[in-house]
Amino acid sequence: MTYEKVLTKGIGEVDLTRIENYEAQGGYQALRKALKGMTPADVHAEVKKANLRGRGGAGFPAGLKWGFLPDDGRPRYLCCNADESEPGTFNNRMLIEYNPHLLVEGILLAAYAVRAARSFIYIRGEFRKGYRVLMDAIEQARAKGYLGDRILGTDFSQEIVVHRGAGAYICGEETGLLSSLEGGRGEPRNKPPFPAVAGLYGMPTVVNNVETLCNVPFIIDRGADWFLSIGTEKSPGTKIFSVSGAVNRPGNYELPLGVTLGELLEVAGGLKPGSKLKAVQPGGASSPVLLPNNLDLPLDFDSVQQAGSILGTAGVMVFDQNVCMVRTALYYADFFSHESCGQCTPCREGTAWTARLLRKIERGEGTPADIEVLKSLRGTMSGTTICLLSDFSITFLQSVLKHFADEFEAHIHGRACLAERPREVLSA
Amino acid sequence: MTAQNPARANGAHGQAWWERRAEDVERLISRYPKSRSALMGLLWMAQEERGWVAPEDMEYIAQRLGISRAYVESTCSFYSLYHRKPVGRYVITVCGNIMCGLSGAEALIRHFEQRLGIKLGETTADGLFTLLVTGECVAACDGAPAVQINEEYFHKVTPERADQIVQALRDGADLVELSERIGLIQPGAVWEAGESA
Ligand SMILES: Cc1cc2nc3c(=O)[nH]c(=O)nc-3n(C[C@H](O)[C@H](O)[C@H](O)COP(=O)(O)O)c2cc1C
Ligand code: SF4
Ligand code: FES
Repeated sequence: MTYEKVLTKGIGEVDLTRIENYEAQGGYQALRKALKGMTPADVHAEVKKANLRGRGGAGFPAGLKWGFLPDDGRPRYLCCNADESEPGTFNNRMLIEYNPHLLVEGILLAAYAVRAARSFIYIRGEFRKGYRVLMDAIEQARAKGYLGDRILGTDFSQEIVVHRGAGAYICGEETGLLSSLEGGRGEPRNKPPFPAVAGLYGMPTVVNNVETLCNVPFIIDRGADWFLSIGTEKSPGTKIFSVSGAVNRPGNYELPLGVTLGELLEVAGGLKPGSKLKAVQPGGASSPVLLPNNLDLPLDFDSVQQAGSILGTAGVMVFDQNVCMVRTALYYADFFSHESCGQCTPCREGTAWTARLLRKIERGEGTPADIEVLKSLRGTMSGTTICLLSDFSITFLQSVLKHFADEFEAHIHGRACLAERPREVLSA
Repeated sequence: MTAQNPARANGAHGQAWWERRAEDVERLISRYPKSRSALMGLLWMAQEERGWVAPEDMEYIAQRLGISRAYVESTCSFYSLYHRKPVGRYVITVCGNIMCGLSGAEALIRHFEQRLGIKLGETTADGLFTLLVTGECVAACDGAPAVQINEEYFHKVTPERADQIVQALRDGADLVELSERIGLIQPGAVWEAGESA
């Protein structure tokens, strides 16, 4: 079986940062098609029909989200979330650096569909190269009449503003992103009101992930039915899986949603010589572990959820026998504690407290009662805060407490760590 | 020659960067529906010009945007990439997140410390290098352990490559060019069944 590359077509073969190369493989045809022969409502309807689910983590259908914007005459904004900071995830970065025009075209189409007054790309500060590439792509598109005033001679005008973040994980959360885009601290805001109703500057706003928007040109060019023919019934399309860890060929792999975990690992070159599979996180730091008996699990939004984890960002991290789950949990606890913006007490105190307990356990100074406290965190840290960082900070931990209880016990009773050759993990 | 060096941030003869780059400042502000949104961009500009964000930069930004100095400081202090103290010309930031941690980030930090003769968080006496670690994954886990130098990428940094990079920068290499030449791994052509594996 050979899979057709869609979003990654040409990457690594031609220089798609040059607009003529992008055009030569069909680029900007979808924009032309939409502006010449489709209304904004038509474009929106096609994306809705395609059931394009958000690639930024939650899998929420983009077409539905666009439909939440109130039609009340206020200016609307489109924000592309290019803050990609979820541990283990590096697919947005590749799209930006190696296929920037696809993102520009996707944003223009989405902006047309939702009748945005202006579009923004919020790009994390670490992506300095990505920023340069995007700024250059935008000027190339402008020179060709794809962007700016009266695009391709139509009534549609659009500017894309690239806004650089400056190092804060929480700015990936959509309302934190908006606070940051307004010039403030990247502190999330209570929802409701959702950004669709009161977003940037209080105006109706759509926030979509880079990869989500990169799918739009293909849906418009080839049609929703084509899109629906790829992937699974409820998770159509391809997904770029970022695979890292104990595999021979870590990297980004674009495959249809619903590919099995086993197939994906094979595509990534299989396990490293000497590595035995211990656990996999399929979607970033907060995703609960999958186990070696999950190799047949289809990686689509619903199947992964049924298996007790989340597909999330599809940042697939592969752990072998040398990785200590207690240390890994401690690492994440430190990470979330550091990245908590501090607005909510359960999150600010809870993440710090979790890290303290795990550090104690990791050093062999823990007690069985500490384990019980860790298990009870769900009650205090989930559903009690402004954003989901608090909830996300303990989901991996809960899964390893369940599946790797022996490792925690070994640490508590002062026996050697159960990882074969425990590898160093830095503390955050 | 008595010509002034226009590249000097705020040198004795030079203008302030915001005067010299007045057009860039105005262009940045005009991109946003509300001027306050330009705050982060102006902080970046200050850092580009001076290497860090100084109190007078914040004072200027506050005045230009018509907001309080405290507001500017509050925003600035939220973000880890803004340096509020002088740093070296090259800020070497080792990724310390999970995948880089598992791939030898700790040993890499020790190596940089030894090679540069400084501890984590310090700057070399010649003002060339500052060594930092970040808890954030820098989205290069397929190239672990990863390092950023002034936000330019270096993937798979072995101790030998670390030495090579440091030496090249000491010899005056252009950072962006160096990153492009030896720092990046091109995305492996996306796999198709049958190709290998
Ligand atoms: C703590 C936290 C961090 C997040 N980080 C990102 C991110 O880096 N990139 C992203 O696209 N979405 C991120 N999200 C999800 C966004 O809030 C939002 O759902 C997403 O950008 C919507 O785009 P989509 O519907 O196209 O997926 C994060 C959410 C949370 C709670
Ligand atoms: S849950 Fe945590 S990160 Fe989110 S707003 Fe509250 S304190 Fe900030
Ligand atoms: S963990 Fe270092 S780049 Fe992701």
